Amino acid sequence: MFSKDRWDEILQVLTTNWFRTLLTAFGVFWGIFILIILLAAGKGLENGIRADFGGLATNTLFMWTRTASKAYKGLPKDREFSYKIDDVADIKENVKGIQYVSPQNQLGSFRGTNNVVRGLKTGAFTVYGNYPEIIKQEPMNITSGRFINYGDINEKRKVAVIGVNVKSSLFDLEEECLGDYIKINDVNFMVVGTYKKTNADGDNENAQKEIYIPFTAFSQAFNRGDNVNRMIITAVDDVPITNIKEQIFNIVKTNHRIHPEDTRAIGFFDLNEQFQRVVSLFGALRLIAYFVGICVLLSGIIGVSNIMLIVVKERTKEIGIRRALGESPWSIKQQILMESIFLTIISGMSGIAFGALVIYGINYVLDMSGPVMMFVNPSVNLGVVTVALIILIVSGLFAGFIPANSAIKIRPIEALRTE
Amino acid sequence: MIEIKNLHKSYKMGKNSLHVLKGIDFSVEEGELVAIMGSSGSGKSTLLNILGMLDELDEGTYTLDGVPIKNLNETKAANYRNKFLGFIFQSFNLINYKSAAENVALPLYYQRVSRKERQEKALKYLEQVGLKQWATHLPSELSGGQKQRVAIARAMAAEPKVLLADEPTGALDSTTSYEVMDLIQKINDQGNTILVVTHEEDIAHMCKRIVHLKDGVIVEDKKVEQVRAAQYV
Repeated sequence: MFSKDRWDEILQVLTTNWFRTLLTAFGVFWGIFILIILLAAGKGLENGIRADFGGLATNTLFMWTRTASKAYKGLPKDREFSYKIDDVADIKENVKGIQYVSPQNQLGSFRGTNNVVRGLKTGAFTVYGNYPEIIKQEPMNITSGRFINYGDINEKRKVAVIGVNVKSSLFDLEEECLGDYIKINDVNFMVVGTYKKTNADGDNENAQKEIYIPFTAFSQAFNRGDNVNRMIITAVDDVPITNIKEQIFNIVKTNHRIHPEDTRAIGFFDLNEQFQRVVSLFGALRLIAYFVGICVLLSGIIGVSNIMLIVVKERTKEIGIRRALGESPWSIKQQILMESIFLTIISGMSGIAFGALVIYGINYVLDMSGPVMMFVNPSVNLGVVTVALIILIVSGLFAGFIPANSAIKIRPIEALRTE
Repeated sequence: MIEIKNLHKSYKMGKNSLHVLKGIDFSVEEGELVAIMGSSGSGKSTLLNILGMLDELDEGTYTLDGVPIKNLNETKAANYRNKFLGFIFQSFNLINYKSAAENVALPLYYQRVSRKERQEKALKYLEQVGLKQWATHLPSELSGGQKQRVAIARAMAAEPKVLLADEPTGALDSTTSYEVMDLIQKINDQGNTILVVTHEEDIAHMCKRIVHLKDGVIVEDKKVEQVRAAQYV
């Protein structure tokens, strides 16, 4: 099947009419090129959006309290309540598939009054009391020193990890901040680290203006008792948080005597749901890319099929001669099919290569001109190329099938008579 | 070598049926050189096509070298044609994008003969027809007589039991015709069985036996004194 003679034959046939072969090949070339470019553009958009999420744990639920909207168990409506630190253990124990639960308390904000003082410098910053797990849910680069650890939590150490913008507000440019003290609401905290957040789309400035201190130290220093402002809950990868959030709500509702049907008492933001929406958008985009690409490819394939029909027609007499000399019908069919597959694959591969070249060019331009909003590294992976290759082989077979059949349908004696 | 009994063949043309061969009994021994003659419409080409397994018979039996030829599917027929028969056509039927040697080697390719052996054999047969130095030329670069000689070399390359020639000189002038007939006679001298369909009296007399067909039946079957073509060349 893969003998040298067979290939000689294929090349001989395809090269006898160069111009026609090129024109035919162009249809397939163009189809696969469009497919690759569309997929790469979709991927670029997807990469751009994913970069905006910046490694944020997306299977995450943010949960805070509002007021009870229904009276329940003798308690009135419009009642305020707060999560307790015990809720964290309850959720971890009773809900399957939880990876991290980070309770968080908050003090002040960048819009608030000046709450942090160091010497003569002051600033308004958001201060969070956190557990060490938070760094796995909201990734940040520790640019110097360290992040909060469980030693800090257990011993309620008054230490702080500050954003790079906090450092630049409170410290002189050359000044060493690690080991120095800042005063948050008149309580001294020692700076043990600085961070820089990488995600934070559009809000980069403020994202670096936060101060992280151990949750326990926060509660003690600012008299929060066992109250928790909000919880950041991440589920393990194969359990969507969206599916288990009702279980979490039920636990805190029971703990805080909220009416089971009170849907307004708990405020939440389901990042996973939002993220899935975006992901399904990419799915749709990919689908469109495949659809359009394959439609264009299809017209190329039909072109190949057409030309192969003409080639078979032109070679009717030759096929008759070959059969008179003893070539089996299957061998002739094979020949036509291989010509068609060869033509599709060669033109398809050059389409892929050209597409890759164009993508390379786009990436080069993107690199030169700096980051573009929502468009990062358009690319196709090896999987897509493999899929494209399979599509090509199948379509080559498809394109050759009808011509190959028509080649052997005509009887040799009639084929010999045609001129 | 060839044994035909009570052969009938008719073609359907719309509602009418055209009875072309009406009971042919015919046999050919090994080493014979037979001319099949007849005017057009006499059924000589149909007979040759059936002998060449390019067409099927309706009735009767056909045995070739002891093998009954019946109910062949296309693959089997192709295989038999390749093994048993060599064809020489009026219009040469060389494949125009292949060189003379490649054309000659074609039947061997279908026999899965190795590439090297094919080339050797092709050259050997081209030498026999006197065209060795033309081996790499395309058919378009050859004269009519040369083309037919390449075709004869091709027909012989597979070393078939029988050579079937359908008007081998029909497209050639008389000098070239005699050259070709001379070649055919020489091949016959080597012991090959050859059937020649022709309507030319002088060509027929260069064979050893003439079978006359008329309206689908054999009207005459006689041995003749062979006229050597060499004397005209």
